[in-house]
Amino acid sequence: MRLRARLSKLGAVKLLRGTKLSGELGRLQDQLERLREEPSAEEIWRSVERARHADRPYTLDYVERILEDFFELHGDRGRADDHAIVAGLGKLDGRTIVIVGHQKGRDLKERTSRNFGMAYPEGYRKAMRAMALADRHRFPLITLVDTPGAYPGVAAEQHGQGGAIARSQAAMVRLSVPTVSCIIGEGGSGGAVAIAVADLVLMQENAIYSVISPEGCAAILWRDAGEARKAAAAFKPDAAHSLELGVIDAIVPEPEGGAHENPDDAARLLKDSLAAALSEIDDLDPEERRRQRRAKYRRMGVLAGL
Amino acid sequence: MPDTGKVDVSVEDKRAADSSQDKAHPNTCPSCGSHYRDEELQRNLRVCPQCGHHFPVRARERIEQLADRESFVEEDAELRSADALEFFDLRPYTERLAEAEIETGLGDAMVTGAAAIEGEPCRLAVMDFAFMGGSMGSVVGEKFVRVCDGAAEAGVPLVSVSASGGARMQEGILALMQLPKTVCAIEELHEAGGSLLSVLGHPTTGGVLASFASLGDVVVAEPGALMSFAGPRVVAQTTREKLPDDFGLAESNYRFGHLDAIVQRSELRPTLARLLRLFAQA
Repeated sequence: MRLRARLSKLGAVKLLRGTKLSGELGRLQDQLERLREEPSAEEIWRSVERARHADRPYTLDYVERILEDFFELHGDRGRADDHAIVAGLGKLDGRTIVIVGHQKGRDLKERTSRNFGMAYPEGYRKAMRAMALADRHRFPLITLVDTPGAYPGVAAEQHGQGGAIARSQAAMVRLSVPTVSCIIGEGGSGGAVAIAVADLVLMQENAIYSVISPEGCAAILWRDAGEARKAAAAFKPDAAHSLELGVIDAIVPEPEGGAHENPDDAARLLKDSLAAALSEIDDLDPEERRRQRRAKYRRMGVLAGL
Repeated sequence: MPDTGKVDVSVEDKRAADSSQDKAHPNTCPSCGSHYRDEELQRNLRVCPQCGHHFPVRARERIEQLADRESFVEEDAELRSADALEFFDLRPYTERLAEAEIETGLGDAMVTGAAAIEGEPCRLAVMDFAFMGGSMGSVVGEKFVRVCDGAAEAGVPLVSVSASGGARMQEGILALMQLPKTVCAIEELHEAGGSLLSVLGHPTTGGVLASFASLGDVVVAEPGALMSFAGPRVVAQTTREKLPDDFGLAESNYRFGHLDAIVQRSELRPTLARLLRLFAQA
C-alpha cells in the first residue's frame, strides 16, 4: 500500500503520545508491531465484530468509570429528549468537562428506548446544546462515538436529519474550547461524524469508522448484504487504516481480547488517552486551536498526483 | 422507472447492465409520459412542457442555464481522485473513475468556477449526478474548499447546485471526511464575510445533504427534488414504515421548515440574481 511506508513513523509518534501515561510499554510495543503489518481481511472483520459486541462498554459505562460528579443533561430544549445520545457534565481528574456520546442499550427494553444508538435530529440538537454550554463556560468537550448511523426514519427526515448533522459539525468547528473525540465502537457514517469533529480524534483499537455499514455497502456494490465481509475488507474501517489515512490522530489500546473482556481496564486506558490528548491541546490559544482544527479537516482526502 | 418521486439514490452503478434495459428513455417524462427530442427539452430548460416535471440537468448545461453568456471560467478542472484504498468491489474503483470520465467528459462530480448571473459576480459549484451518482469523494471536497476560498478572496457569494446520492463509498472513510471538510470551508467563508446560496437539485441525499448543501445562508430546492438523509428505500427497509407519498421531497421539506423556497427552474436564474444583489458586499 502506497501510504504504508509512512505508518511506522506515524504510528510510533501518535501511539506514544496518546498513551504516554498508561505505562503499558509492552502492550504499546505489541501494537506498534501489529500496526506495521497491514491488517488482514480477517482482522478487519474481527474489529467489526468486536466493535458491535453485545458486551462492549458503551458511553455510560465509561462515564461511570472515568468521571466524577456526573450530571446528565436531558432534552434538546425544542421538542424531545433523544436517548440515543447522552450529554452531561462531569469532572475528569478534578476538572469540569462536558461529555456527549451515543448510547446503545444493554437489554431489549433499553435497546429500544435508546433506539440502538441511532439518533434522531433531536439527539444532535441536544448535543449542540451541550456544546454551546461547554463553550460558554470554557469546559473542554469530550465526545464518545458509537452508533450504527443516524436513524433512517420518516419522522427523523421530517425533523431535518441531514441539516441537524451538518449543523452539529459546524458547531464543533466553531468551538473555542479544547475538543477530543473517541470512536469507542461503531463510527457509523454521518451519524458518527456529526459529533466527531474535534481537535484530536482517537479511536479504540477494535472500533470501526466508516462511510457506510459493511452490510449497506455490500447490498449496493455486491447487490448482496451477505457479502459484508468482502465490503469491510474493501473499505477498511479499522483503526490502523483510519490512522494511516490521517482520519484519526491516535489509537487507544484495549485489553487483550477487546474492551468487553475487561471494561475497567478499557476505561483506564481510555481515560489516560483522553487526559493525554486534552493536555496536548489545552495550552493553545483558542483562536489558534480553532485554526488548527479547521486546517486538519481541510487536508482530509487523497488526490491523484499529490 | 416506476416512480420517479422515489428514485434509487444508491451512489453507484445506476448503469449496471441488467436493470438498464427496461428503463424508459431519458427524454420520456416519467410523470406524464410525453416524449421529447433532446433539443426540445434543452430549450425548455429540461422541464416537461406538458406537466412541469423537472428532468435532471448535467453540470455544464446547468451552468449555461444560470450564468451570463461566456462569463463562466472553470477552475481546478485538473483535479482527479486517487484510489487510496485500492478499492475493488466487482471492478476496481480506478476503472469506474475512468469510465465515468469518458462517459461524462468530467474529471469528477462537481464543476467549479467564476461566473456572473445577470451581471452579478459569483462563484459556482455545480454537481453532476451522471458522474458516479454525483457522489462526494476527495475531489468534490477539495473543489468545494477551493471555490469557497475563491469566493472569499473575490468577495463574492458562492452558489452551489447539488445533485448527489451522498458520499462515495469507494473512498471509504475519506469520503465521510469530506463532510467536515466542506463544513470547515463554509465556516471560513462565513468568517470572511462571504455567503453561500445553496440550490438543491434532484436528488440531494446522504452526505451532501448532511454537509454543505444544508448550510447555505439561503437554501432553495427545485420542485420534486428528493432531499433526504436516508433514501426512501433504506427507510422503508429499515423501519417497515409506510412512507408518505411526498417522503423526502422538496415540497415536504418546505412544509417542515427545512427550505426557504421551492423555485421553478425557469425562475432560478432571476431568483439567484436577486439573492446575489441582496448579498453583494458593498
